[in-house]
Amino acid sequence: MSSPIVSITAPANPVEDFLRTDRMPHIWCPGCGIGTTVNCFTRALLESNTDLNKLSIVSGIGCTGRVAGYTNLDSFHTTHGRAIPFATGLKLASPDMTVVVYSGDGDLFAIGGNHLIHAARRNIDLKVICVNNLTYAMTGGQTGPATPLDVITATAPYGTYDPAFNLPYLVEAAGAVFVARWTTFHVKQLARSMAEMFKKKGFCFIEVVSPCPTLYQRRNKMGDGLDTMKFYKEMSKTKHGAPTNEVGLTKSGEIIVGKFVDRERPDFATMMNAHLQHELGDQYIQAEGPVCG
Amino acid sequence: MARGSVSIVVERCKACGFCVEFCPSKVLALSSAFNSKGYHPPHAVTPEKCSGCDLCGMYCPDFAIHGFRTDKPAAKSETEKEPDDAC
Repeated sequence: MSSPIVSITAPANPVEDFLRTDRMPHIWCPGCGIGTTVNCFTRALLESNTDLNKLSIVSGIGCTGRVAGYTNLDSFHTTHGRAIPFATGLKLASPDMTVVVYSGDGDLFAIGGNHLIHAARRNIDLKVICVNNLTYAMTGGQTGPATPLDVITATAPYGTYDPAFNLPYLVEAAGAVFVARWTTFHVKQLARSMAEMFKKKGFCFIEVVSPCPTLYQRRNKMGDGLDTMKFYKEMSKTKHGAPTNEVGLTKSGEIIVGKFVDRERPDFATMMNAHLQHELGDQYIQAEGPVCG
Repeated sequence: MARGSVSIVVERCKACGFCVEFCPSKVLALSSAFNSKGYHPPHAVTPEKCSGCDLCGMYCPDFAIHGFRTDKPAAKSETEKEPDDAC
């Protein structure tokens, strides 16, 4: 059944080095976009020459939370909603480490919502990738914090009537220094944005709008994963620097994508070191490497 | 003359069709055969058009396919196997 042009000398898939291949095939449904975001993530790591020994990836619970378990990097699969607190501790204990939080909309914005806004307020140097599939996918498709209006879910059989979070607006207001949104259709742009984010210091946030064909699209008669990708292709519009209060998602309306915020603010560690240096003088010794272990 | 090629891990495929739809050269199509999970994996119908851009590899959510260049980069890495491709 193999393709006629498969060559035995084919170089390995670049994503292979980043995967725990013994756990493949993964649990994600056919047409789910989370695997596509992992491809972009690995290409961004390669492109930005990030030191993989100084990188860790933290996930919460949910479909996207599985990413930490599938990537062959230093990774931690935390309890529900607690990816950001764990990552904050990790970053403060190992200031030289790049800490990536890879989780879903429900984990980051509902169960862990308070942690997220306070990490953004303090501008802790975390790279947050939020795969937004607009529903609680792993538990059966209930209404989540990012579910748009008038959508059928497991808990809203007559359609949702409560307004959703506009994720970029929320994190910008809370203080993030880098905010971008792409869909799983925009693979090249997403990889470039992630590479840019790895070089940026401070609280960075990328929202990736992703299909959930099994629970979201099917219930709303929006087709399968491929139909959703075509929908993203047709309906998304790139607007770099767009005001984030105007980029809220609707069920079938336009999806504004691009890099919305890129600004400078001193991060938590810089502020802490500067303040304690000022208060304590020579008594204060700034940690360079890991401060424990 | 194809500038690239694709490598497909048939057993990982879940037949989402992303690679078939978004291949810029329309090299791929879903095959009529099944893999052991009952999905129809893609195969290259017009391999000579493949440019090795690896867009299929970036889209594939199951890490089942990737594209690669067969001209210069392959000649560098596979020296012992490339007498016919060296030009």
